[in-house]
Amino acid sequence: MFRILAERLKQGSRTLDWPRKEPALSPRYRGRPELADTACGDCRACYAACPAGALFTRADAPGRTPLLDMARCIFCGACAEVCPEGAIRFSRDYRVAAASREGLLVGPRAAGGEGAGGAPADPAALMGDRFRLFRRSLKLREVSAGGCNACEADTNVLGTLVYDLGRFGIEFTASPRHADGLVVTGPVTRNMCAALVDTWAAVPRPRLLVAVGACAISGGLFREAPECLGGLGGTAGDTGPGAPAVADTLTEAGLTPDIYVPGCPPNPWSILAGILALRGEGRPLIPDWTLSVGPGQTIVRG
Amino acid sequence: MHEFDYRKAVALNEVPVLTAEALGERILEHVRDGWRVLAYFGLPEAGGDGAVGLCCVLAHDAEQRLAAARTAPLTAFPSLAEACPQVELFEREIYEEWGILPEGHPWLKPVRRSPDAPGGSGRDFYRVDGSEVHEVGVGPVHAGIIEPGHFRFQCYGEIILHLEIALGYQHRALMALLRPRAAAEPVAALRLAECAAGDSSVAHATALCVLRERLLGLGELSERCQRLRRAGLELERLANHCGDLGAIAGDTGFLPTSSWNGRIRGDFLNLTATLCGNRFGRGLLAYGGAAWGLSSEECADMAGRLAATGRDAAGSAKTMFASSSVGQRMAGTGQVTEALAREIGLVGVAARASGLPRDARFHAPLSSLPQAAPGPRTERTGDVFARAEVRRAEMEDSLTMVEADLDWLGRHPEDAAERERAHGMEKAALAQLPPQRLAVAQVEGWRGEICHVGVTGPDGDFLALRVVDPSFHNWTGMALAMRGGQISDFPLCNKSFNLSYCGYDL
Ligand code: SF4
Ligand code: SF4
Repeated sequence: MFRILAERLKQGSRTLDWPRKEPALSPRYRGRPELADTACGDCRACYAACPAGALFTRADAPGRTPLLDMARCIFCGACAEVCPEGAIRFSRDYRVAAASREGLLVGPRAAGGEGAGGAPADPAALMGDRFRLFRRSLKLREVSAGGCNACEADTNVLGTLVYDLGRFGIEFTASPRHADGLVVTGPVTRNMCAALVDTWAAVPRPRLLVAVGACAISGGLFREAPECLGGLGGTAGDTGPGAPAVADTLTEAGLTPDIYVPGCPPNPWSILAGILALRGEGRPLIPDWTLSVGPGQTIVRG
Repeated sequence: MHEFDYRKAVALNEVPVLTAEALGERILEHVRDGWRVLAYFGLPEAGGDGAVGLCCVLAHDAEQRLAAARTAPLTAFPSLAEACPQVELFEREIYEEWGILPEGHPWLKPVRRSPDAPGGSGRDFYRVDGSEVHEVGVGPVHAGIIEPGHFRFQCYGEIILHLEIALGYQHRALMALLRPRAAAEPVAALRLAECAAGDSSVAHATALCVLRERLLGLGELSERCQRLRRAGLELERLANHCGDLGAIAGDTGFLPTSSWNGRIRGDFLNLTATLCGNRFGRGLLAYGGAAWGLSSEECADMAGRLAATGRDAAGSAKTMFASSSVGQRMAGTGQVTEALAREIGLVGVAARASGLPRDARFHAPLSSLPQAAPGPRTERTGDVFARAEVRRAEMEDSLTMVEADLDWLGRHPEDAAERERAHGMEKAALAQLPPQRLAVAQVEGWRGEICHVGVTGPDGDFLALRVVDPSFHNWTGMALAMRGGQISDFPLCNKSFNLSYCGYDL
């Protein structure tokens, strides 16, 4: 008993007073990308270096800096490394979540600081009162649908002392029946599709859906695997060639995320900030200049 | 069988083509002589007309030798599953992937249940009949934040007569994606290999890099690269062993270590992030080297944090092992005997806990760097206690090694000439692969030996690229460890193995 108490004193208290204090992230951490508008000509070095097919030519500015789709990006930094113009860099901002699939498209910041913009900046305005009900108590259930375990591990870690998820009134439950929403990781394998749909159906309404990781949003590196359905993002062209009929099942079942947390895996703080943003809390999700295309505008894929 | 040095690639025409019967006999003889099966898989003919033969790679740990043999294309072969249980799962995999029938196999259950595979729809479970026997099914969606799998217990009262583990829910067809990419887009393939099992990102990346380097015959890398790679690998081991000890403590109801280790594990992950920006070590490795270096100041900073974290981890583990209730709960739970471990081909922590000195850091070392201990850390009892104790001891060794690596790196800043050489090596490692070669990479991940086997065809593409995660060997051990135990032992026993679902499902 005394031994335990002595050790307890030695181990100390390690919970970070977040969001009042900011976490100390590695100087090499790659957070939200920032793009500068440059004339690329036909360089295409970044396109060639990207292992995830995450860079897209802007239809309105073909010879200039591409769009970076955080839905697919694994934040490997290869594009920034090869760009001779230094047009792509990764900031240390871990607040990368967005409330729409389009919100994950990062375009270049126009000269002078303000972009085409139009993206919602404030979580409160973004989510409105939709999930107000869960302000003081939010229970979530996690489903791994083909995740590699890294997204799961960095979600799981929110329960540990440093993050102490409980202080926000958020808890992961064992049963979907006790949950207010699902957190999904993984590209949704064909073998997990039915279990995911069943679990979602078992969550009482109103319910919310969080997609964590490139896999869960767009299929990530498994976008082209016939055994995977390409995640929950559902943008055309992101569906695995395997079984579009099953992918429709996901949409029909209402599995459309309310918040997307990109990364491979996202940093735990990104996940926490994303979940809090759902309730309209926390600092702005993404600065309004990051977004240069809105819903309905076209980009050239591939 | 053609025998060769584990560090060398062999020309494919040196690997003898045997009849299926002869291959089976060779495998049995070798296993009797102390060899074990590293990989056994379908090898498509070059030219791609759909004809597939078999290829088997064996290892003799004490002699640090490998052996390989293959067959001509075939549609059936005599099963060895009964005589040599460690090939049982490989035979099922061959059948599921290629439709080649292992004749006489006791039960061709699906491995990953690919919906289109032969037998892929088979969902039969083993059943024990009797008026007082009952069945308990769990999963695929489990109670915690954990990957999916289905477990079915046949119980008599509280006693488990049989546990059947049905996986495949995480099947993403990783090997099918990896095979063409690893030759044509090697860097993209490396990023994919890092996702084979997220908690073993560094180990799987190391294996793919080493495989390519061996196929190209690059020779040993600079001491700097070796140390950087090893630091990544050992930090991965520290983080996971620490997390596992915490999880085991949690399932014995001992909350102090459970909650401390959750946090300490994160501190180890953050040290990895200091190396390469990613908590799981993604992006640390590059073919022919390491993608990131460390300055002397960074080494000093990391060494300080490592020492503090190591002290916390040691104190937390000590508190756990000093608790008699924890010790009692672990002792005798989920036992695997040495004979059984050898028979089913266990690897890694689970094998060492049962007394088998299997540790690729010793039987297939990647470098000539000195180890922290004279040999693998083994225990005798093969129970949860032994698996926890092996982890505790290995954490001490890993700490010593990372300390040594940081110390060396701090004292040897990279100069321009060396950087030049390193770049040259990295460039050479991206060259086109030589045709008609077979090479093997064995890397001791924290869970056990990760094995990548590559066979190139006439144009330097991969005819076969097999990824064998330790979980592939060890899930059977987990099922057998539960026999005669109670269902309430299951979570604890499961944590002590801590096997990967996606690493098995691939
Ligand atoms: S950081 Fe993202 S966009 Fe850039 S190369 Fe990597 S995956 Fe592609
Ligand atoms: S997004 Fe990356 S880390 Fe997350 S499950 Fe997919 S591969 Fe793993």
